Amino acid sequence: MQETYYQREIETMAPDALRALQSEKLRRQVRHVWENVPYYRDKMKEAGVSPEDITGIEDLYKLPFLSKADLRDTYPYGMLAVPLSECVRIQSTSGTTGKRVIAYYTQHDVDLWEDCCARALVAAGATKEDVVQVCYGYGLFTGGAGLHGGSHKVGSLTLPMSSGNTERQITFMMDLKSTVLCCTPSYAAYIGESLAERGYKPEDNCLKAGIFGAEPWTEEMRRGIENSLGIKAYDIYGLTETFECKEQKGMHINEDHFLAEIIDPDTGEVLPDGQKGELVFTSLDKEAFPLLRYRTRDICVLDRTPCHCGRTHVRMAKPMGRSDDMLIIRGVNVFPSQIETVLLNEGYAPNYRIEVDRVNNSDTFDVFVELLPEQFTDTVSGVTAMERKLTDALRLMLGISPKVHLVPPKSIERSEGKAKRVIDKRNLHD
Amino acid sequence: MAIQQLTAFVENRRGRLVEVTRLLSDAGVDLRALSIADTQEFGILRGIVDKTDEALSALQKEGILVQLTPVVGVRLTDRPGELSRALGVLDDAGINVEYVYAFLAVTPGVADVVLRVQDNAAAENALTAAGFEIM
Repeated sequence: MQETYYQREIETMAPDALRALQSEKLRRQVRHVWENVPYYRDKMKEAGVSPEDITGIEDLYKLPFLSKADLRDTYPYGMLAVPLSECVRIQSTSGTTGKRVIAYYTQHDVDLWEDCCARALVAAGATKEDVVQVCYGYGLFTGGAGLHGGSHKVGSLTLPMSSGNTERQITFMMDLKSTVLCCTPSYAAYIGESLAERGYKPEDNCLKAGIFGAEPWTEEMRRGIENSLGIKAYDIYGLTETFECKEQKGMHINEDHFLAEIIDPDTGEVLPDGQKGELVFTSLDKEAFPLLRYRTRDICVLDRTPCHCGRTHVRMAKPMGRSDDMLIIRGVNVFPSQIETVLLNEGYAPNYRIEVDRVNNSDTFDVFVELLPEQFTDTVSGVTAMERKLTDALRLMLGISPKVHLVPPKSIERSEGKAKRVIDKRNLHD
Repeated sequence: MAIQQLTAFVENRRGRLVEVTRLLSDAGVDLRALSIADTQEFGILRGIVDKTDEALSALQKEGILVQLTPVVGVRLTDRPGELSRALGVLDDAGINVEYVYAFLAVTPGVADVVLRVQDNAAAENALTAAGFEIM
């Protein structure tokens, strides 16, 4: 099938031309921040850098980093780079940990954002003939507004459903013949189950594609959603910075608007392409809320090999975890998301707790997993055989062997939102 | 005909076992036979009760992992060598016994035991043929 693009010229731009464009935009963006954001100007002064030192993207490494803590500390106006009267919108994070982070948008910024979402929709096959059902939350969260605006730009019929009310989602989906579904992967899985419960088969709906993001998910979940809805499922990270094409070999970063770097999370040193490290984004043409070298805390790999879809923009692998979450156990890097993948593969619910401790100078590594009612057997040998099988599967994935403990269902604490899955007791002894 | 055994997964930590037995007593359930297999991590409580359905729902309601397992009940004469003779019959028939435990002695001269095997019908046939009474 012919590949389609929302902005062909930019999406398939020759690498040299793209670099030149990025360098020019970076110089302007740094100047804009220097002149308008005293907080970051002070950081630059402290680092001994001035706008003149940034002649192109090769000088990016000279700029100081920003972290989520900076955004929280400067709440609500400290990072704003234009007069408030120029802003037309705010969006905000969930604010689960302490203060919220607010991002401001001028009309230019909203357009840029919606263009990025339109690229994602077109890459997933959306046209003006399509019916796009947006069941990301509307409101402060970026999901609903972003894909809503993107869908308008593509010219698709947009169903502004927001999240929840599954009964109504299904009614609209079937009656209005939705062809593209946008929501979180967990909600997509839930819609799939709900359709099956009502006796619908995957071929009964008109959906062809889904754009799912805003929370971590695994390839296993992707396959499950694709089978239950009869669609191709596309990953999206951050909703503005990246999107996935039909090749599905990583997500293209919108490099005309964002520069991506991979750094060593401990030293801050920039790592060569192909190496695993923390993803850092620099906006290139944001007016209201430009962020230079923002540390995402997500660990991933960049891939600059050419993509068969014809897009020249770099691809990022699905994040393997958060640098905050990464554990080093017996010298091996372990991400909770790897454990989750194994659990789903082996037929367990992704409810688990990891406990790490240090006993006699060596790390202990315990994984507690809930037994599902249908897995329970009445013999000790049956339960220990399951523990052994899960231990083997985890060792294969992680390279080290945990001690697996099967525990009764619902005995692992659930928390709203982000679960506390890791208990590292080693710090107490340091 | 197999009898239904109540099988519950119990974490091996303080207070868990008493919680399960209390739920059974609150539901007015009487234990006729009981066995607990335990490891360092967990225990598997197996019991024969007078009111199976009540016991099952009382435990399920509290989120305890519980299931019914069909097992063979066999009535032995209470004298040395009888259990050994019954197990010998199963061994001769090539039937592997996973576990065995005894009922509370209520009828003088009679010892009832619970047998967990892979194939209940085959075990019952073999035991009946050898003159044992199946419960």
